[in-house]
This record gives sequence, structure tokens and C-alpha cells, in this order.
Amino acid sequence: MTEANDTANRELIAFRIGGQEFCVDIMSVREIRGWTPATPLPRSPGYMKGVINLRGTVLPIIDLGARFGLETSEPTARHVIMVANIGGRTVGLLVDAVSDILQMTEASVQPTPDVASEHVKSFVKGIFSIDGRMISLIELDHVLPEREAQAA
Amino acid sequence: MDAFEAIKVTFFQECDELLAELESKLMLLEQGQTDLETINAVFRAVHSVKGGAGAFGLEALVRFAHVFETLMDELRAGRKPCDPVTIKTLLRASDVLADHVQAAQGLVPEVDEARSAGLVAEMELLTHGGEAPAPVVEEDEDDFGFTPMAFDMALDEPLAPLPEPASGWRIELRPHGRMYASANETGLLLRELGRLGPTTVVLDDSQLPALDALAVEEGWLAWTVELHAAVDEATVREVFDFVEADCDLTLTPLGAPAEADFVFEEEGPAVLPAGDDLDIAALLARVQGEAVAEPLAPLSAPEAAPAAAAAVPTPASTPAPAVASAPTAPAPVTIRVDLDRVDRLINAVGELVIQQAMLSQRVLESGLARSSGIALGLEDLELLTREIQDSVMAIRAQPVKSVFQRMPRLVREVADMTHKQVRLVTAGEDTEVDKTVVERLAEPITHMLRNAIDHGLETPAERLAAGKSPEGTVRLAALHRSGRIVIEISDDGRGINRERVKKIAVDKDLIAADAVLSDEQVDNLIFLPGFSTADAVSDISGRGVGMDVVKRSIHALGGRISISSAPGKGSTFTLSLPLTLAVLDGMVTTAAEQTLIAPLPAIVESLTPQAADLHHVGGLDPVIRFRDTYVPVVDVALVMGFRDAPMDPTQGIAVIVETESGQRAALLLDAIQGQRQVVIKSLETNYQQVEGVAAATILGDGRVALILDVDTLVAIRRSGVRSDFKLAS
Repeated sequence: MTEANDTANRELIAFRIGGQEFCVDIMSVREIRGWTPATPLPRSPGYMKGVINLRGTVLPIIDLGARFGLETSEPTARHVIMVANIGGRTVGLLVDAVSDILQMTEASVQPTPDVASEHVKSFVKGIFSIDGRMISLIELDHVLPEREAQAA
Repeated sequence: MDAFEAIKVTFFQECDELLAELESKLMLLEQGQTDLETINAVFRAVHSVKGGAGAFGLEALVRFAHVFETLMDELRAGRKPCDPVTIKTLLRASDVLADHVQAAQGLVPEVDEARSAGLVAEMELLTHGGEAPAPVVEEDEDDFGFTPMAFDMALDEPLAPLPEPASGWRIELRPHGRMYASANETGLLLRELGRLGPTTVVLDDSQLPALDALAVEEGWLAWTVELHAAVDEATVREVFDFVEADCDLTLTPLGAPAEADFVFEEEGPAVLPAGDDLDIAALLARVQGEAVAEPLAPLSAPEAAPAAAAAVPTPASTPAPAVASAPTAPAPVTIRVDLDRVDRLINAVGELVIQQAMLSQRVLESGLARSSGIALGLEDLELLTREIQDSVMAIRAQPVKSVFQRMPRLVREVADMTHKQVRLVTAGEDTEVDKTVVERLAEPITHMLRNAIDHGLETPAERLAAGKSPEGTVRLAALHRSGRIVIEISDDGRGINRERVKKIAVDKDLIAADAVLSDEQVDNLIFLPGFSTADAVSDISGRGVGMDVVKRSIHALGGRISISSAPGKGSTFTLSLPLTLAVLDGMVTTAAEQTLIAPLPAIVESLTPQAADLHHVGGLDPVIRFRDTYVPVVDVALVMGFRDAPMDPTQGIAVIVETESGQRAALLLDAIQGQRQVVIKSLETNYQQVEGVAAATILGDGRVALILDVDTLVAIRRSGVRSDFKLAS
């Protein structure tokens, strides 16, 4: 699914939601910006915070925490939007804060432990630890709702 | 292989242009403009298609084009009259030629062989039939399978004169400077003649002035060629096809005395700039520079040209077939640009406009004086931005000609099928509108033209009985009116039979039997879904998917359609469309603190609901009285999920909208802020379709506002809240 699967070294961007730490491939993140109020979209799932204007592009904002099924609070100016490319679409991912840029080898990734629910497993590709922190590697492909199902 | 394919693509692009040219010239012929220039233009178009097709080995196309071309050749030589019967055949032949081109492209599986063969027979009859059998020698395929202008530059076959001349032609050729300027070469022409048979070439350099008086860009040389081959005049002329307008050409059958005088050019030797101290060295250098390109030497001309003769400027590039259309008015210089690039530019300019508006607003809010340097600078910036926006929009604008040009063929076919005589008159082909709109115009116009001919016009017999000309006229016109494009389709047929329309509507349960309707309302009944007036459902129009489909596609473009009709005199359909799909006229409204844009074309009017006008049908569903009808109320904030409880209608404002299917509903909103043009931004680019939302836009303050999709809003309301309401009509 991902293009950089075989490369030994990957650069990842780590971020926090609630008390947990996650990371995504740095190549899929285009920019990071502060939270601005979004225009809500009607009849949309709860994790869709709405759309904002990113230099003329209408950018949908996904509350990543809500998407993963975590407890979330109303976003404040301290929240961060990671602008990411997912399958040709540009979306904003709402997270609490961006924490780090990491170097990682493919080998250090451990499979997601069995305790996680199927829902979480569909987003988390694996976990690894750095300096005693456990970080979940996120697969962004499934973060957006299936477009085909709706468009048909 | 790839390069070959690329050339082929270019060929088909050229074919499209040539076919369009062919069509337009044939229309001129049909209108009685049967001058030689027009006939020649038709001939050249067919010839160019044939030439290119030959190079690609498209045999069916070549065969058909050849018959077409032969007939055109007869016409332009004046051996056959260019009468209406012939022109009708030519028009149909151009349709089949277009089919052949499409088939060669693989766009359609195959050409209707019977039709094609029928036309071939028809054209051959026109070519050969009649009193004076023209001495047309059927060329074999190898001969016409290649353009007369070869691309190969080698001149390795010296032409040897034959001692024993048989029958043949004396060809006197005096090229003008213009011929060389269009990259043609005498040498190649002579070689082509050489292919027809043995030739004797004599150069006449008697007109060549002395070196100091030589204007190098004129054609000073003349050639006399004796061609010893039994070919007909047309074959010889074909060699000079592309250059005939740019040279004096005289053909005399051998044996007949040559004409006494050459046709000399009118202008004498060009006078060089005054002053005797000419820079001979510079002139010489120029002469020599061009002499290199002169391919005269290899031709074994008995009177070899002196060195100076080589000074005739002959650009040594390959002769371009495109020269064929050169003599007509110079076309404006254009470039082909990838549409993506234009769209990127348009998007960027859209952002620029929004940013500029935001900046102005911020500056104003910061309390800067209007006379301050910054504010004044911003004003200039605003003017510039508008100008850039207008210019960029103009890039995408295209004349509606591309759509109109397809219509004559359609009219001919429908006229044939319905056995009616139809004349199509078009006006305003140059009216420009955004490319996306142009592309989507073809379908509704096609549909309406079919309707006009099939339903609007009477049969020739009926027309004669009504005291009209047996030939019906259908008019297709485009014009700009108050920032929109208006397309009018009118016919001089029988007009709408209101009684019958009303009866059908009653029969089909579309209106109540006792409904009292104005003429206008009756006329508009034909736009109702499921309405078809044709007595028998025909192949051409009808099937009950007629005008309502047209209306829907026009609505989808943000347009409106109206009709006016006079019994016995005809009907006029008027389409009014926005000039671009990138911008929308919208009503800015608020509901539950959200800014929402209602598309203006859908809005009928707005009103403040009075408690007395509000009623409930059954349980919860409110309806509002609007001009003696009751329309359902759609609480927008509630349907969109911005609010949990319905609002009090008397506290808000009701915007009466009409859906594409003609249903009316009242959108209940908090307030109306005003009317403005908004730039449409798709939600699907980065997300997906959202029910009830057509698209988004960006407001002056930089926030995103949603554009309402009136149709789905009304549909959601109906499905979401159970309703036993029946629309009064």
C-alpha cells in the first residue's frame, strides 16, 4: 500500500492526541498550521470538523482523535492541523501537537498487539519504541471515508 | 512508432479543422455563393484530407475522398454546374467524409457502407454523367495515394528530354515572389511534372534585371516545360495545386500554338532604395547566402541559368500542405495550450482575487485613512486584479461556433428522416462563452433543433396549404445579454397547439381537468417530465424524454429556458446561461450562524412568512401559502443538522425556490445578507459529495461558505420527515 515500504530508513513525524503518541511518514505531510475555526459540513460523520480555506483550497478537517475513537475536546488555538496528502486528496488532520521528527528502520516496527480493536487496527500499521516512548505508526489510507461508496 | 502516432494525431486534428472548413464553405455554396474561390476552398479541404490519408494508408478514406475530389475538380474547372442538386450531394458527401475520418480514427466502428457507396455512385454520376463526357483518366491508386508534394529533397534524377514528342502539354510557369515566400520550390514542381512523363524544361531568365537592380524577393524566372505524356489537364494542374494562386500558369496542349504572350506581372522591376552608392558587397553576400538553397542546378535545363539566376530566393524547407489555405484572409496568430495550464492560471487568479479582497478588508479594519498610501495602492491593486481576472477568463472563452457548426448536419439528417424541407439559419456564431459551457451546450441545442424540425415544422404539403413556403426555416442564434449568453432557437412552423397540449397534460394527469391556465403556462407544460406531443413516438424526438431533459440540463448549467409561441407562425425557445461555470450568482444567507449561499437561478422570490399563511398538513410538516398555492417549508438549519429543533417560521425569512423538476419549496432561513458573485470550489476535490451542498466558496473574510443544493435539500426534507403532502399544481 505505501510506497516507501522497502526503504531501510524512514523519516516520520510524531504527534500527540490525548496522552498517546502517533506518527506518519513525513513525505505525506505538506505543512503544519494552527487551528482555525472550520465551516461545519451538514450530515457528516462526527470526526469531520468541517472545511477551512487553505490559500483558496477548500480543505476538509478530520479530527484524528475522534477518527481513532479517542476522547476529544473542542479544538483551541493551540491545536495543530497537519496538511496531508492521502490518495491524491489534500486533507487537514487535527491533532493536539506535533512533537518530533524521527528516524526509523523498517525492522524496528513491531506488529500491533492483539489487544487493539479491529477499528484501531485498520489505522495502526505497527508500533515501535524510542527512548521508552511507545509510538503508533499510522496508515493514512483509511482515514478518509470511502468516497466510492458515497459517490455511487 | 511513437513519432508516427503523434503525426497521425496531428493529421486527425487537421482533419477536424479541414472538415469544419469544408462544412462552412459548403454552406456558403448552398447560400448561392458559388464563386471559384469557395469551390477551390472545398476542393483544397478534400484534397488535403485525401493527401494525408494516403500517407497513412487509410484506404477507405482515400477512396471516398478521391471521388469527392474528382467531382470538385469538375466543378472548379467549370465543366459541371454548381447547381443545388450537386450541392446537396456534396453536403451529404461531406457528412460521409466525416464518418470516414472518424472510422479511420477508430471513434466509430465502421462507416455505413451502403450510404458511402450510394454517395460514391451519386458523385460519379455527377462527375461523368451529363452531355460532355470529360476526359477524366482514372488515376490508379498509387498515383493519388501520395501527396504531390514529396518531402524527400533529393534531386537525383536528371530529366532527359525525349526526342520524339507524343501528345502532351506545354506548361508555362512564372512563379511570383509570393510562391517562394510560402516555401514552395519550382524544382519540386518540375520534378513532379517529371513523374507524369518525360519533360523538356526551358528556363526564361530574360526578365532578370542586372544585379544592381535586382530585388531578390521577387520571382524573376519563368519556365517552359514540355510534358510528353498523354495525361489530362486536371492531372497536370494537380501538380500546381498549392501554388496556382501564386504563379502565372498557362497550359497549352502540345501541337497547339503556344500563347503569344506570357502573362507578365503587373509591377515592373522593383526599384531599389534611392542613391547610387549601393552596398554591393552586402547585396552579394545576401545573394550568395540564398543561392546555396537553390536546387536549380541538377535540372538539366538546356539554357543553364547564369550564376545570378540562382539568386531567386527559394527557402529550402519542405513545402507545407498548409499553404493551401494561405491566400484567404490571414488567420489570427494562435498557440495551442494545454487546458490544465489555463485552469491552473484561472485558479491562481481566483485565489488572488480573494486574497486581495481579504487584504483590503483587513486594511480597512485597521483604521488606516482611505487617503493613505497603502489604501490607495490597494485600490490600484484591486483594479489590476480585476483586469487580470477578466483577461484570464477571456482565455477560456470560446465562440459557440464549434457547437453551431455541428448543427447543419443534424438538421439535414432530421429533415431527411422526417421528409421535411428545412433551412437552418445561424447567427452570432462568434459569441464567446466559457469552454465548459460551450461543451455542454451541444446536447440541449441538438435536442431542441430536433424538436423544432420534428414537432415545430409542418410537412411541405401542410406548409403549402397554409400559404407558406414549402421550405421551413429554423433559426439558431447566440447573443450576449446582461452578463449571460442567450441562445435562441426559433422555427416558422405551426406553433404550439395549446388545446392539444392541455388535453395531453390532462390525459396524463399532469394538471387538473378544470385548471385555468394562461397561454404561457400552457406552453410551459411541455417541459413537464413525461410530456410528449408527438402523435407517434418517433426516432428523432419524443419517447417522452423530450423537453424536460433539456430543461434539466439547462438548469444544471445554472440557466433558464423559456418559450414563446404564436399559432401558425412558429415558436421560439430562449435559453439563458451564465458565461462561466466557475462563478455563480448567489444569495448570501445565514441559518443557525452559518453563512449559506443559495444559487440565484433557483430562487423565485423571498418573503417574510406571516402566521396566517402558515399551515400544517398532518402532524409536523408546515406549508406556506404562496400566490394561491401551498409550498412545503424546508427548515434549512434543521435539515442540515445545524440545529436540533425547528425554528419559528415567522422569525425567519422564506426563500421560494424552484427545483429542476419544477417543484417549488420555501427554504426557511434566519436572514438574507445580500447578493454577490461567488467563485465555485468543489468539495469533491479533497473530500466527497455532501448531501444538500452543491459546492463551497470562499467569502471575503477568508472563511468557507457552503452553496446549497436546492434539489437535494428538498428531497432530504421529504425523505427525512414523513410527508403526505401533495404538490398543488
